[in-house]
Amino acid sequence: MNYQFEFGWLFEYYPQIAKGIAITIELIAVGAVAGILLGIVCAWVRALGPAWLKPFVAGYVELIRNTPFLIQLFFIFFGLPSLGLQLSELKAANLAMIVNLGAYSSEIIRAGIQATPRGQFEAGASLAMSPFETFRHVVLVPSLERIWPALSSQVVIVMLGSAVVSQIAAEDLTFAANFIQSRTFRAFEAYIVSTAVYLVLAILLRQVLSMVGWAIFPRRAAR
Amino acid sequence: MLSRRLFVAVAAIATTIGFGSVAKADALGDIEARGTLRVAVPQDFPPFGSVGTDMAPVGYDIDMANLIADKLGVKVELVPVTSANRIPYLQTNKVDLVISSLGKNPDREKVIDFSTAYAPFYNGVFAPADVAVTKAEELAGKTVGVTRGAVEDLELTKVAPAETVIKRYEDNNGTISAFLSGQVEAVATGNVVAAAILAKNPPKRPELKFLIKNSPCYIGLSKEQPALLEKVDGIIAAAKADGSLNAIAQKWLGTDLPADL
Repeated sequence: MNYQFEFGWLFEYYPQIAKGIAITIELIAVGAVAGILLGIVCAWVRALGPAWLKPFVAGYVELIRNTPFLIQLFFIFFGLPSLGLQLSELKAANLAMIVNLGAYSSEIIRAGIQATPRGQFEAGASLAMSPFETFRHVVLVPSLERIWPALSSQVVIVMLGSAVVSQIAAEDLTFAANFIQSRTFRAFEAYIVSTAVYLVLAILLRQVLSMVGWAIFPRRAAR
Repeated sequence: MLSRRLFVAVAAIATTIGFGSVAKADALGDIEARGTLRVAVPQDFPPFGSVGTDMAPVGYDIDMANLIADKLGVKVELVPVTSANRIPYLQTNKVDLVISSLGKNPDREKVIDFSTAYAPFYNGVFAPADVAVTKAEELAGKTVGVTRGAVEDLELTKVAPAETVIKRYEDNNGTISAFLSGQVEAVATGNVVAAAILAKNPPKRPELKFLIKNSPCYIGLSKEQPALLEKVDGIIAAAKADGSLNAIAQKWLGTDLPADL
């Protein structure tokens, strides 16, 4: 192997990379918060909610979990304008990630809810709490605590999956790498840099998520 | 890049071992004596040349070959070539003419001659009629789609004002989809891509707003064949004058020939 590495382009193109990192972080921040909230609502419907609502949520979850993320993204970005809903590439990417994480996280959170011992619900009822109050104050936090590691992994997967939003010209980190590659023809170096940045971002994201875990699960912090 | 290197290498070899002198016979006389015109045409580059449903080649270049053979009063023999071997075919006297969306450049002019231009080949900024843009400066504040890394991307990035929002898509299909779905107001692309969009008869019809780079197609022929060159140029001029070349452009590119061709 006598490939000559050449990283001189970094001086010229680092603003692109910085912008790419910022957009990837923005995408996963919005996607994770809104996606998990959506997942909680959907999990509540499927585990405890009204019977008439369950088939709709089940349909949504199965539709999203059984189609590729890229197709969902294209559907939103290139398809919906035909129905009069024109979204910019960033809004389309945000929406696609929320919808995607919402479906996956709802199944993870539902597992946490269904693993709640029967006695917890009965305890809530015996304190004159409504079913919703029981869910809100008794069931939800321990359920999330149970599945937090699995949920964290799903968030990291969605963050890494966000690389495909470069396909609709959203200028995320992958877009920056592709852009630099097409201008400098230093493909190997451009992807080495983007790989390293993704790796660091994923590790940081895991750290952030476990800190969030410590904050909202006081019993875990005490351990 | 590879094709150019290959071509230069082949050209060098051909010159050294004297193929050049073989082709110096009277090509026009040979064609008339033989009764057939051998033409190198593309088969992988629609709308200039592709293989039709009946497996016969069709396209702008094929119509052009037929037109020239017709005017010369001889039969046409189509020889499918690739962009890498079209000039070697001419240099080794396997064909009389190269009608294969061939652009003119100084390297090529050293080894072959060119007729006058017969087909438009350019890239530019295209948008529907209601978008008022006539030059690069007026793109400020507009959203323009382009295929990342293509010549149009590099040129547009140079000429467009800083306030232009350039959206770079992965491939031509992404650029076309973004244009048709209204995600971008205009696209910077080649006239061939614009023709492909027009062929689908979309609600948004891309019209040329301004040129970025113009590199029309020429017919290639062997060096020092003034009789054949004059004849071919005459046929092209006549076809421009009587509208038959415009009809070919309408058929394959969906637009009239540009005035400067």
